[in-house]
Amino acid sequence: MSETMTGAEMVVRALQDQGVEHIFGYPGGAVLPIYDALFHQERVKHILVRHEQGAVHAAEGYARSSGKVGVVLVTSGPGATNAVTGLTDALMDSIPLVCLTGQVPTHLIGSDAFQEADTVGITRHCTKHNYLVKRIEDLPRILHEAFYVAANGRPGPVVIDIPKDIQFASGTYVRPSNNRHKTYRPQVQGDAEKIRAAIALMAQAKRPVFYTGGGVINSGPQASALLRELVRLTGFPITSTLMGLGAFPASDRQFLGMLGMHGTYEANLAMHGCDLMINVGARFDDRITGRLDAFSPGSRKIHIDIDASSINKNVKVDIGIVGDCAHVLEDMVRVWRSASPQVDKAALKEWWEKIDGWRGRNCLAYRQSKDTIKPQYAVERLYELTKDRDVYVTTEVGQHQMWAAQFFKFEEPNRWMTSGGLGTMGYGLPAAVGVQLAHPKALVVDIAGEASILMNMQEMSTALQYRLPIKVFILNNEYMGMVRQWQELLHGGRYSESYSAALPDFVKLAEAYGGVGIRCDDPAKLDDAIREMIDTPRPVIFDCIVDKTENCFPMIPSGKAHNEMLLNDVAGDIGSVIDEKGKMLV
Amino acid sequence: MKSHYSDAPAAEPLARHTLAVIVDNEPGVLARIAGLFSGRGYNIESLTVSETEHEKHLSRITIVTTGTAHVIEQIKAQLGRLVPVHSVNDLTVQGEAVERELALLKVVGKGEQRVEAMRLAQAFGARTLDATLTSFVFELTGGSDEIERFIKMMTACGLVEVSRTGIAAMSRGAEGM
Ligand SMILES: Cc1ncc(C[n+]2csc(CCOP(=O)(O)OP(=O)(O)O)c2C)c(N)n1
Ligand SMILES: [Mg+2]
Repeated sequence: MSETMTGAEMVVRALQDQGVEHIFGYPGGAVLPIYDALFHQERVKHILVRHEQGAVHAAEGYARSSGKVGVVLVTSGPGATNAVTGLTDALMDSIPLVCLTGQVPTHLIGSDAFQEADTVGITRHCTKHNYLVKRIEDLPRILHEAFYVAANGRPGPVVIDIPKDIQFASGTYVRPSNNRHKTYRPQVQGDAEKIRAAIALMAQAKRPVFYTGGGVINSGPQASALLRELVRLTGFPITSTLMGLGAFPASDRQFLGMLGMHGTYEANLAMHGCDLMINVGARFDDRITGRLDAFSPGSRKIHIDIDASSINKNVKVDIGIVGDCAHVLEDMVRVWRSASPQVDKAALKEWWEKIDGWRGRNCLAYRQSKDTIKPQYAVERLYELTKDRDVYVTTEVGQHQMWAAQFFKFEEPNRWMTSGGLGTMGYGLPAAVGVQLAHPKALVVDIAGEASILMNMQEMSTALQYRLPIKVFILNNEYMGMVRQWQELLHGGRYSESYSAALPDFVKLAEAYGGVGIRCDDPAKLDDAIREMIDTPRPVIFDCIVDKTENCFPMIPSGKAHNEMLLNDVAGDIGSVIDEKGKMLV
Repeated sequence: MKSHYSDAPAAEPLARHTLAVIVDNEPGVLARIAGLFSGRGYNIESLTVSETEHEKHLSRITIVTTGTAHVIEQIKAQLGRLVPVHSVNDLTVQGEAVERELALLKVVGKGEQRVEAMRLAQAFGARTLDATLTSFVFELTGGSDEIERFIKMMTACGLVEVSRTGIAAMSRGAEGM
């Protein structure tokens, strides 16, 4: 079926044909024809954000919580450049997005026309792929191909830059029978030989550990189900990166908590002391490995990743399996079952005893207070009071993000949206907007810091406009807490520019936006205040006044290995623990 | 250096590799590849590109690069994940490849110097593409070393300008890509 229509109509038709229900955008001169085409239909609902960065983060939250491709529409020039941080965020965290940008008419490209920017040039390094559409004949193919590229292989953002004359031009639209790229075919099935070799290593392991990441989430719910099956079959312990939380239930006895810079004692020591590491969909990021030359020195390593370039990039592994997590895990479960190997029960028992010893250190313990709300306590209470609900959590970036990761227990995938790779302050509020749209009935909470929240605060208007009852739960410590913590540890407590001066009154701010503001500074009243927030069917900003000096532990300081992590009780002399060279690093 | 980031790797032997990369001949593909090398800090010694299969819109990019074994593996994997890249072929691991380059040299001079330039060009098997009473343009095709030597010799004979194509390469033997 082919039809004649304008480029702008093709854009909207392709979105409909892809089953897109929501797009996040902001209009401008170079996309007016597309906005006009949107006006004439109802199937694709446009969500008007208040800043293009917000559009991209909202699309990220939408995508990560639903498994669908997030879609963004912005104008040329400043619209496109405002989207760059969001695109980079999506690239780092492998979030599938299609971002449509307007461009000046083809004959003006290169003339420094009004609102012209070299969008494909600027976004080449922060997209998985990008296109400049120069001929109307190419537009239908590119539109559909972009969805394929964004979602297949290692997911990522794709930009389609569409000059205004192409939007007006008329051409033939055909919906391709499939939207595959003509040559791009990521490998999804793992090498059978390597999978057998991996199972053989696992069968002999005495001190194994699963180390899993965002790849399991990206691979889809099936991958999480298969991971659970394999972990239970083997009886091995499992830890997860920040991005992978929820793939395996946090309450399960086999789960050691998050690993890495602010990971648990037991997770990091298990990584350090294991004899076999099974990495599923994680990428040996520097926040995970700590000092590389001391990273898990005595282990053999298996690495499953859909991106061949991740394998042996940071850490040399013994078996690298290129493939999609769900496919590879399915094969691993099958091979394990059919081999039904005789594991070394005595050794595994000893390993678990060791791990339980580390667990006994209770590394997340903190000093409780009657007078001030400890930030950890606030997250704990938030978790306890929301855990029986259909809850999704987003975060900003800083200490509150790490406390959320440590104290909020995720039992299911796609429930936890955070900016891991780029660490983008201002991510959480727009992401919550996207999540709430994808899950209108769910409880969506942005666990925020008072500094981060101001970076994309304008998106409160979006939440109000579309009646999205998101909850912004600010752990207000009056500091850029994570910066203050590093200054305390590394710079002699000279808190240069990290105090959040001249803060707005968040309760009044919420009200000014048309939402509801709640403030609490008393531990005894916290539960009631949280309940009030949950029961308010409108957007809420919760100003939770917490201890200003609390630091986030455990912590692997700069220049240290996993087995040199700091726990809460040594906090007094922490400054002396980091050597001069460690101070050079972030 | 003790660091939370990885230490700079100990000096490992560098190897020179010639890669033949088959790509869709679409706008921006060269910028993508060049940007990958600059963005990730890889070396490019030589890079040539030209459409080789017109109907299929395929181009062949020949890249000569140096790096440790680990870096070379990363370069190949990173090239492989670019969407318009069809295949990455390491001609160096497939055995010593045939490598050729073309150079044009303009030499200006009179009298003895001019005779010497002519004699050297003959010795190297260069072709004379243009001649005036005071100048020559020579063409030489050969390996990079040979071209280097020719340029060095010509420097003494009034060399004023050089233009080189960069390397075109192909594996030896009956097997095609
Ligand atoms: C856009 C951006 N700018 C700067 C930083 C560096 N940074 C990391 S955490 C942080 C402080 C965050 O403060 P707040 O939101 O109050 O969170 P807290 O650490 O106090 O919980 C800063 C400035 C960043 N991650 N992102
Ligand atoms: Mg703060």
